[in-house]
Amino acid sequence: MSNNAEIINVTIKVWRQDGPTSEGRFETHQQAISTHASFLEMLDLLNESLNDQGHEPIAFESDCREGICGTCGVMINGRAHGPQKATATCQLHMREFSDGDEIVIEPFRASGFPVIRDLAVDRSPLDRIIESGGYITVNTGAASDANLTPVPKEASDQAFDAAACIGCGACVAACPNSAGQLFTAAKIGHLNLLPQGQAERWKRTENMVETMEEFFGSCTNHGECSEACPKEISLDFIAFMNRDYLKAKVKNRALTGQK
Amino acid sequence: MNPLINAKIPAGDIAEKWENHKFSMNLVNPSNKRKFEIIVVGTGLAGASAAATLGELGYRVKAFTFHDSPRRAHSIAAQGGINAAKNYTNDGDSVHRLFYDTVKGGDYRSREANVHRLAEVSVNIIDQATAQGVPFARDYGGLLDNRSFGGAQVSRTFYARGQTGQQLLIGAYSALMRQVAAGTVELHSRAELLDVVTKDGQACGIVTRDLVSGEVTPHSAHAVVLATGGYGNVYFLSTNAMMCNVTAAWRAHRKGALFANPCYTQIHPTCIPASDDFQSKLTLMSESLRNDGRIWVPETKADNRGAGDIPENERDYYLERKYPAFGNLVPRDVASRNAKTVVDAGHGVGPLANGVYLDFSGAIARDGLDAISAKYGNLFDMYQRITGENPYQTPMRIYPATHYTMGGLWVDYNLMTNVKGLYAIGEANFSDHGANRLGASALMQGLADGYFVLPYTIGDGLAGQLGSDPVPTTDPVFTQAIAGVNDTNRRWLATNGTKSVDHYHRELGRLVWDNIGMARNKAGLQQAVTDIPALKEEYHKNVRVLGSADTLNQSLEKAGRVADFFELAELMARDALQREESCGGHFRDEHQTPEGEAQRDDENFAHVAAWEWTGEGNTPTRHQEELTFDNVALSQRSYK
Repeated sequence: MSNNAEIINVTIKVWRQDGPTSEGRFETHQQAISTHASFLEMLDLLNESLNDQGHEPIAFESDCREGICGTCGVMINGRAHGPQKATATCQLHMREFSDGDEIVIEPFRASGFPVIRDLAVDRSPLDRIIESGGYITVNTGAASDANLTPVPKEASDQAFDAAACIGCGACVAACPNSAGQLFTAAKIGHLNLLPQGQAERWKRTENMVETMEEFFGSCTNHGECSEACPKEISLDFIAFMNRDYLKAKVKNRALTGQK
Repeated sequence: MNPLINAKIPAGDIAEKWENHKFSMNLVNPSNKRKFEIIVVGTGLAGASAAATLGELGYRVKAFTFHDSPRRAHSIAAQGGINAAKNYTNDGDSVHRLFYDTVKGGDYRSREANVHRLAEVSVNIIDQATAQGVPFARDYGGLLDNRSFGGAQVSRTFYARGQTGQQLLIGAYSALMRQVAAGTVELHSRAELLDVVTKDGQACGIVTRDLVSGEVTPHSAHAVVLATGGYGNVYFLSTNAMMCNVTAAWRAHRKGALFANPCYTQIHPTCIPASDDFQSKLTLMSESLRNDGRIWVPETKADNRGAGDIPENERDYYLERKYPAFGNLVPRDVASRNAKTVVDAGHGVGPLANGVYLDFSGAIARDGLDAISAKYGNLFDMYQRITGENPYQTPMRIYPATHYTMGGLWVDYNLMTNVKGLYAIGEANFSDHGANRLGASALMQGLADGYFVLPYTIGDGLAGQLGSDPVPTTDPVFTQAIAGVNDTNRRWLATNGTKSVDHYHRELGRLVWDNIGMARNKAGLQQAVTDIPALKEEYHKNVRVLGSADTLNQSLEKAGRVADFFELAELMARDALQREESCGGHFRDEHQTPEGEAQRDDENFAHVAAWEWTGEGNTPTRHQEELTFDNVALSQRSYK
């Protein structure tokens, strides 16, 4: 990788759609850009010139621009978050592209994520999944001393690997079935691996998996989700979720004190 | 005492104030709580934890976020950790020590009673978060691990890799979503506050705009809580997220809430410098890098040789030279100011000559590449992704950037602003950090306010309203507020000027950074007081906002936020101008020790400056809340 900034010229083919029910279309623009710029700064510049020419800027979402909030995310040349592995759209830089490249930018495509406008989509089903069980029931003030329950470091580290999920939805967008398994499995894995999460383990798994199925397609083990994931969440969590779901269904839960 | 700013600090010994206060406050009995409606705006650590806890208590809560999901709030980006006086490491920590360190770190400009309460409840936060499943770092016995952080001589910082903020926010967010499922909290996402509504001097609701449909809606309640974060984006370039803004706090200010200490802003020394004019934000690199990296600049001005070509005897390790005892580990403000001094003097490095080197070659030679990679690998990767340079081979380039704002809405001990029924928590208020915030204390304060302080104090304010309904949203105070919001939006769309909102935001940011940045002086501040309103006038005349108010329109959203930044910026300049001393994040060139350190003036400035809005175009009124220090002796910091 070069340290020297160069200016490259790229052709942007970008999806424009006025509203959720409007018909969409591709628009083509030319943009000269420094290779030091981030991908979203390239869009910022394009928007600035659109605005100057009296054209409405392209709607796209981003917030932290540090790859942690999960607000950003578009399809870049058919790939969720673009060509660089383990990188959210906001952390992608133009040095990944070459002079003369054509870059096709689309919103995340999934029936569970309807388009709001241009590149912005509605990912609220992810919140519905959390609402159905992605928590540990503990009222404020009810907690015992934090060191009362030792948690094996391995369990804690693994729970963290799952909890690293930023909820961007790239897994859904990358999946040919628009399945929500990797997101849901990450959330279930985080809590089910910890001692604190055991009391609600089976109910949580059942509720979250079934809520997921209301919004998203089925998993057929393509693995595209994990490939696209900016946090490289492992497919193993899906296996773990499936195992827990099966157990939740066959367990005599009255005997474990859970319904 | 000024009736506008009665801090209502309970009497008694510092260690008993909170305990006594909890007992003397009025309670709302459990079956009556459902009769009260509370609005919480913002769902970061403070807002999400408050909304969840109030819901658990049985209040009817409406939570608002302008993000698509509560989990996106910028608390999520905090890296380092969260302080708590657990003393798990048995190294002599205590509530009193955390209290002492925080007051001292704030350069003696915070309220003792608030800080002591913060230290007291810090231990409960760790318990609560752990019970929620926050995967804090653990040792091999399965118990929680701690590390040390700047400004403290004990290890009291709990952390979750480099993503402590993310994990704590996921904990608070999950607690919030549990209450949404339980029906105690009604969640409004993609809803932005555009006005605070008051009637007869009391907060009675808010007006929001649905960012997708454009619909402007009134919401009424018995109390309104603002947990809407800080105003660092007034600088345009900061480590804040793109959407962070002052709008909620500012609109409350315009409705009578005092704005305290706006000039207290924190500059973080280790950020990646801007690479070009179109840069949209700055990225922070953890301060921990200064443990192994050595900071230097070329002795020759405008030296454009590569770092490796500059021989050792032509390098100026200026921190090690000036502060032999602390060297590269001087506090944030000292490190930042010194970087500015050398860059301003023409020694800056990088394509825009706007950085200093942070060099790991010595550490790599000493400890080996693997050891350095194990410690900082993820940071080095992030640096390389952003700059395209390999920090194992060439030194990093760093420069300070705005990171946190200590000023905010003035609140009393109950976290209520001077407007009855209007509360401010987290970074949005001013109360606990004085003139400088210590590392790992922002997460602590946000969660302390939301989980363990506001849920108690808000009941005291509500108890007297039992039996009264919220002001109906058909009341003229609401219809007028809605009309005002719609008018303003129409005006932006009709201005039809030539330049974008971002253009003016960037220009404003430059003015603020140059004059109210790391070091301020009288001439610059006076200049800012004239230049900012002039640019603001041009902005209102010449901004171009396209599209309509009935759809997702990001330019329209930003137009209102930047308008508020203009007004805040002017207030920052006035506040900085009147504070004729240097303290914490506020450094006045005129007030420094012979060694160039911040020179406080405790005799004349040991007070909070709380500003009152007096109307468009009028000079605001400055009120003073005197600060008394009965438990901590005031001293001058020294890091030689």
